[in-house]
Amino acid sequence: MQSFTYQRAESAEQAAAAVATRPNARFISGGTNLLDLMKLEIERPAHLVDISRLPLDRIEETDEGGLRIGAQVRNSDLAADPQVRSRYPMLAQALLAGASGQIRNKASTAGNLLQRTRCPYFYDRNMPCNKREQGSGCAALQGFNRMHAVLGASQACIAVHPSDMAVAMSGLDARIETISPERKTRTIPIGDLHRLPDTMPDMETVLDHGEMIAAVTLPPPPPGRQIYRKVRDRASYAFALVSVAAIVEKSGGRIRSARIAMGGVAPKPWRATAAEQRLTGATASDAAFTDAAEAALAGAVGHGGNDFKIPLAKRTVRHTLAAAVERA
Amino acid sequence: MNETKPGLPADSTGSATHSRVKPRPDAGLIGRPIDRVDGPLKVTGRATYAYEHTLDGIAYGYILGAAIAKGRIAEIDTAEAEKAPGVFLVMTHRNAPAQPDFGAAVTPTVPEVFTRARPALNSDRVRYYDEPIALVVAQTFEAARAAAGLIRVRYDEEPGRYDFRTRIADAYAPKRTNAGLQTDSLIGSLESASAAAPVKIDATYRTPFEHHNPMEPHATLASWSGNELTIHTSAQTLANFRAGVASTLGIAPERVRIVSPFVGGGFGCKLIAHADTILAALAAQALQRPVKIAFTRQQMFANAGHRAEMIQQVRLGADNDGRLAGISHDVWSATSSFEEYCEQTAAFTRSLYAAPNRTTRHRLVPLDVNRGEWMRSPGEAPGMLAFECAMDELAERVGLDPIELRIRNEPAQDPERGVPFSTRNLVACMEEGARRFGWQRRDPTPGRTLEGRKLIGRGMAAAIRPNYIGAATARVAIDRNGQVTARLDMTDIGTGTYTILTQIAAENLGLPIASVKVELGDSRFPRTAGSGGSWGAASAGSALYNACDALKQRILEAARSSEASPLRGAMATETGFADGEVRVGQRSASLADLIRRIAPDGFEAEGSVAAGATTASYKAYSQHSYGAHFAEVEVDCDTSEIRMRRMLAVMAAGRILNAKTARSQILGGMAWGIGAALMEETVLDPRYGHFVNHDLAEYHVPVNGDIAEMEVVFLEEQDDKANPLGAKGLGELGVCGAGAAVANAVYNATGVRVREFPITLDKVLPALPLIAI
Repeated sequence: MQSFTYQRAESAEQAAAAVATRPNARFISGGTNLLDLMKLEIERPAHLVDISRLPLDRIEETDEGGLRIGAQVRNSDLAADPQVRSRYPMLAQALLAGASGQIRNKASTAGNLLQRTRCPYFYDRNMPCNKREQGSGCAALQGFNRMHAVLGASQACIAVHPSDMAVAMSGLDARIETISPERKTRTIPIGDLHRLPDTMPDMETVLDHGEMIAAVTLPPPPPGRQIYRKVRDRASYAFALVSVAAIVEKSGGRIRSARIAMGGVAPKPWRATAAEQRLTGATASDAAFTDAAEAALAGAVGHGGNDFKIPLAKRTVRHTLAAAVERA
Repeated sequence: MNETKPGLPADSTGSATHSRVKPRPDAGLIGRPIDRVDGPLKVTGRATYAYEHTLDGIAYGYILGAAIAKGRIAEIDTAEAEKAPGVFLVMTHRNAPAQPDFGAAVTPTVPEVFTRARPALNSDRVRYYDEPIALVVAQTFEAARAAAGLIRVRYDEEPGRYDFRTRIADAYAPKRTNAGLQTDSLIGSLESASAAAPVKIDATYRTPFEHHNPMEPHATLASWSGNELTIHTSAQTLANFRAGVASTLGIAPERVRIVSPFVGGGFGCKLIAHADTILAALAAQALQRPVKIAFTRQQMFANAGHRAEMIQQVRLGADNDGRLAGISHDVWSATSSFEEYCEQTAAFTRSLYAAPNRTTRHRLVPLDVNRGEWMRSPGEAPGMLAFECAMDELAERVGLDPIELRIRNEPAQDPERGVPFSTRNLVACMEEGARRFGWQRRDPTPGRTLEGRKLIGRGMAAAIRPNYIGAATARVAIDRNGQVTARLDMTDIGTGTYTILTQIAAENLGLPIASVKVELGDSRFPRTAGSGGSWGAASAGSALYNACDALKQRILEAARSSEASPLRGAMATETGFADGEVRVGQRSASLADLIRRIAPDGFEAEGSVAAGATTASYKAYSQHSYGAHFAEVEVDCDTSEIRMRRMLAVMAAGRILNAKTARSQILGGMAWGIGAALMEETVLDPRYGHFVNHDLAEYHVPVNGDIAEMEVVFLEEQDDKANPLGAKGLGELGVCGAGAAVANAVYNATGVRVREFPITLDKVLPALPLIAI
């Protein structure tokens, strides 16, 4: 870990300014990801701005009947919130499926969205990695890529985004509120927050340097049953091989609307809009779920070690849709 | 598809925390499930582990590892690191003190494996990825690590050998396996047996690189006082550890003191000294101040041993009734190019089942990786994973219940040595287990039992583990207040050694637990065999038992002859120590009172036990512990995720010294069995020669959620041939066969036989049919 200077932010505006004015400054909150990366010198910030104590830790109902989640709400608190549990159960399920109790107690909402990939080559400074060092190559492409992306990846990078929470938020059409120096604010749909790697895998989000997430807003929950299904190698404390967040609204024997988001398969939370469209108006049946699963994985490409994720994701989508309908 | 009810069979106790040892008629303290005597220290944080020791003027080291797996350091620039704040010393091969050469790749004798010099920073050669190439010592750990990041290295990289599977043609036969066992064995003719056998199994299994991953990483605090070196570390066997340190530093062992009273898990990777110890000692000498070094978790993977990747071919030939005519177990294992380690993977096969024709073979494939080390039941753990699955395959082929198949091949005596078994209750374990587990309700046809969308399967496997005894001595003293102190250089690696030794001394001397204090983990105490090979309890326990006998003899002699003794002149030969009293014939006296009168300075005595391999009993009898494992799993029919539902182990391992700590040992072994069967695997990238998933997020061991319900049952057994206690090795028995029981349950659930461990869901999924929604 390289030495750094540290300041505790007094306000959101000051925090944004403090980072914006220093090219090598970073926000820090729970530190559950950043500190690991700093110890390994994958991240080498010269200055840290601690935003964990900013008064952004409230969960409030919005005028439109949704929920506004402060960026500093801890994952444990968000998962335990009565509103979240009753109206956005998929989000609570996703949060509780992530990491461990200790990590959830520290991790913030914004930090969870901005956590970096767990690709083991990214984590090893002796290995080529375009995300860590642009132009050095991708060791995972021909290497151990069992955990890697089958959708949205590029020849430069096949890393996945590891968050569970973000997958559920993607299915819930969350919006990200940010604040920049001089109190400039903007709202970004969650689907637009993360970039695909293309040729620049080190550019992971659309956020500007010094732009800080202030809150995540959830619209009122869409009608239908919500399910978050995480498939992993052990019962707890493992990243998703594949995860599926599904919301299905049924009327009679037909599906009125459906939302499907996937984790563990792409460099960002992956919304399967084509599959959603195919389900809309379809008869709720194994054939329709199978068809949607095929659509969700259309264009998926394996890299050897992760080929199994394609059939696994299809089977998981199919069954999660069926489970959502069954319980609807 | 059949529907079955979930849950336990009617005859089960239904308790998840049940274990049972029938009380012996002469039940004393030995065997009782008493709490760990060191438990309060541990749960209150007062048990001081290696890295927690502190001394004045301490400095902290950080090891920089090589970024390549084979080649030379062409250039190493430490100028910036040396100037970094707080840095006292940067040591590389250019300025490290002279050490002996590493020596030959093949180690000729067993003791030398443990005691040979293993120098660090003594050459510009890089032999494996992340091998130490520099040590930075600084005011703080953080300063040392930051400075290490400033060291610039240029390598001349050389092509290395990293891919085990494509290098099988390089295989050679080592002179012997680990533990000095013979490399191959051959009885009869397998070829003719196979040709005649109507039923044949020929199956090849693969097991991956695995890492021990004790909770406490390797750590050392080294300090010199003149020519005397004191090392606080985390070690399983102090005498070997000390000898290894001394030979590496080129000093007499007597000048080295090893202190290791508490060990946060070992699993076999703390039997020898590693670079943390050697470098801390060298740096402490150079700086004339104490130096502390620990491996990071990531450094543990390259620098602290592993179990090597293996391929095992098991061939069985049987008649239509399942009687084995031939057994063949061939093992190919990766090894290090610079130090041989041959796990005795097929050795147990020589003792397990009867068959007139039999062969075992071990072959090694050298790779440019660090040496393998003794990991969690070396031999049996990977070997039984393969062999006991092959037996399951044979049972299905001949249409026999897997237990019945094993009973039909139960040998009357050791099938290769031709000597009787000291005790062997394998059949009893299987039968008792079958009854408790509800084995008869298992559907032998795989893939038919569906509950909701979970496929349910049940499997079993046998367990066998050799009983070793290592030479050990213990010293026991009683003071004028009747307080007993036992001292030996034994270690407690979390197994409960403090507790069982306390029980042994207290029972033998007829005193309460509170009157006995056991001190371990200091090389100044009498030498034992340490913790390893499941021999600690029997070896150290027997030595202490004999020491207590010797102490009693001294007390009795003095009691009869001393003028101050109330028992003076008592000549009856019938004597006893019980309830704090000494009895001679009809006369008795309080032990504490007696000592106060006759020996104000107390008494002291030593007792020993000889290495098992040298004893007549060991030569005359085949000595093993046995058991049977049962497992029930559920496999998600959509995702093929495998989860445990319950496990049962029925064990026969001689006299149980403490029912609680023994049970904990078996539970731990069963958990490791789950790990080996379902998740543990270190991936070696054949392009770079490094272990890719080198942390606990990516190297999966079972977590609590993976364990489900577990039951342990001990059958009553006393092995009088084994040692004076009648106890046998227990610690590793829990993992032997446990993974195979899980794997066989997965097969029973799905009908998919995965022969490449670990059985992760991606290996089951392609063969798992879609079930209608």
